[in-house]
Amino acid sequence: MTVESDNDSDLERQIAAWRAYMQRRPELHDDDAAELEDHLRERIGDLIEAGLHADEAFLIAVKRMGSLDELSREFAREHSERLWKQLVLPGDAGTPAAARTRREVPMMVLFAVLAAIGIKIPDAFDAAENFYVTNLSLFALVPLAGYFIWRRRAGLRLAGIVAALFAVGAVGANAFRLADDSFSITLTAIHLPIALWLVVGLAYTGGDWRSSRLRMDFIRFTGEWAIYFVLICLGGGVLIAFTAGTFNAIGLHPSHFIEHWMVPCGGIAAVVVAAWLVEAKQSVIENMAPVLTRVFTPLFAVTLLAFLVAAIWTNNGIDVDRDALILFNLLLVVVLGLLLYAISSRDLTAKPGVFDRLQLGLVVCALLIDMLVLAAITGRITGFGFTPNKSAALGENLILLTNLAWSAWLFVGFLRGRMPFGRLESWQTRYLAVYFAWSWVVVLIFPPLFDFA
Amino acid sequence: MRIAKDLVAASATPLVLGILAEGESYGYAILKQINDLSGGRLEWTEGLLYPLLHRLERLGHVESSWQSPPEGRRRKYYRITEQGRAELAEQRRQWDTVVDALRGVWNSTPTMTPLWETGH
Repeated sequence: MTVESDNDSDLERQIAAWRAYMQRRPELHDDDAAELEDHLRERIGDLIEAGLHADEAFLIAVKRMGSLDELSREFAREHSERLWKQLVLPGDAGTPAAARTRREVPMMVLFAVLAAIGIKIPDAFDAAENFYVTNLSLFALVPLAGYFIWRRRAGLRLAGIVAALFAVGAVGANAFRLADDSFSITLTAIHLPIALWLVVGLAYTGGDWRSSRLRMDFIRFTGEWAIYFVLICLGGGVLIAFTAGTFNAIGLHPSHFIEHWMVPCGGIAAVVVAAWLVEAKQSVIENMAPVLTRVFTPLFAVTLLAFLVAAIWTNNGIDVDRDALILFNLLLVVVLGLLLYAISSRDLTAKPGVFDRLQLGLVVCALLIDMLVLAAITGRITGFGFTPNKSAALGENLILLTNLAWSAWLFVGFLRGRMPFGRLESWQTRYLAVYFAWSWVVVLIFPPLFDFA
Repeated sequence: MRIAKDLVAASATPLVLGILAEGESYGYAILKQINDLSGGRLEWTEGLLYPLLHRLERLGHVESSWQSPPEGRRRKYYRITEQGRAELAEQRRQWDTVVDALRGVWNSTPTMTPLWETGH
């Protein structure tokens, strides 16, 4: 080994480190980095020729280039568009597109089209009026699960498990022949989508559903998907308005087409498209759900606190009819959502901050309010009798209450520095199993348990 | 002597276009050439040169291509376009006017040397 080659490899290492540092700048693209590296090497070459050692030459060349901050600022002034992260679709010019990523878009379109065709098949057989009420989630989520099984290259075993669970869902939706006006049909219509969504989660994780990281990814995916779905639906609304307006203007009335084709097919296809968008933009665009969480956590905390103060001050009892229980259930869901999406974007190693205290305050307020509701309801629950609706609402309340109470406990431990934040995350991801079990119980066990009421 | 920032910025485009009009070149070589032409008095930074080259490319005055010689690194070369030549001619006309006007001013003003350096 000569001193020369030693120097050379040393220089290469320094340049590589410098380049890695530069590539972290969004303003500098790979091409710019390569161009600047060429520039740096050229200067180093000149300096070495002038008699400097390699490491001296490197230092001077880097120094001459000026601070990277300043350089990036100059680049940003010319390339301001780079600060807006753009969604680069696979297959666009300039992206290294592998064969698989080029198939990404056609496959997504295929699954979306399959979903759109699928939703119209029962129509061909004159399906009963309430058929779609209970079965809609099956039509929406089977293609989505299929898409993820394809995307994750899941094996036959996982595909089999997911298919079997969907089959069980289909049985749950149709085997009991529930009456149109029964409570059970409403419960199935609400709980089957939740149960099946978690089955989609199984496909999403590619079968590795025990992994806490992947479960958290699925929670993130759920939030982003919901936002994208709503955005696509808003766009769809505009499209529908223009379809109706323009055709009406030439004397054609497309309302039948819109109602029976555009809305159901478009809506069901949007399920897959939204999922694809979330996957495609994952690392490109800031996640929206945590941003909304940041905005609404303080607002909800203040509102709940105000409600709590008002309830105690006026000493007005809470009017606990059935709707009230559902309303407060939804409140717990919202609080849980705020908690989940704050967790999902949190740096797990960061120290407790003001926002964490705010979050704890929010959870504690929600818990206290729910205690008031439950205290008010227990005296009268026996008077109501146990209908399926009340049982489901009460069961859900207890499930959410347990989750939030334990979260609050973990939060206190974290704020006092006795527990790592990761405990809270793993508690939430493990709790998904409870939602899974409960939603299936409501779909499969409740109808026979309550005599199909 | 340091040349004011505004003046450096104003003269940057005609200098780069002028150098590229003589033949295609790349960043480091352009920088060196400007250094030589000004006797080292025009201090250009990379933060000035590369964004400027990219802007000229966006405007269509120059075009670029990556070339890799058989042995050696990949390097981005810039060459002037027809539109760039027209721009250079236009800039040159403007600069000539400015320089003529300045010359007129210099000649009518007897001396530019400050009093304390004339030894009075």
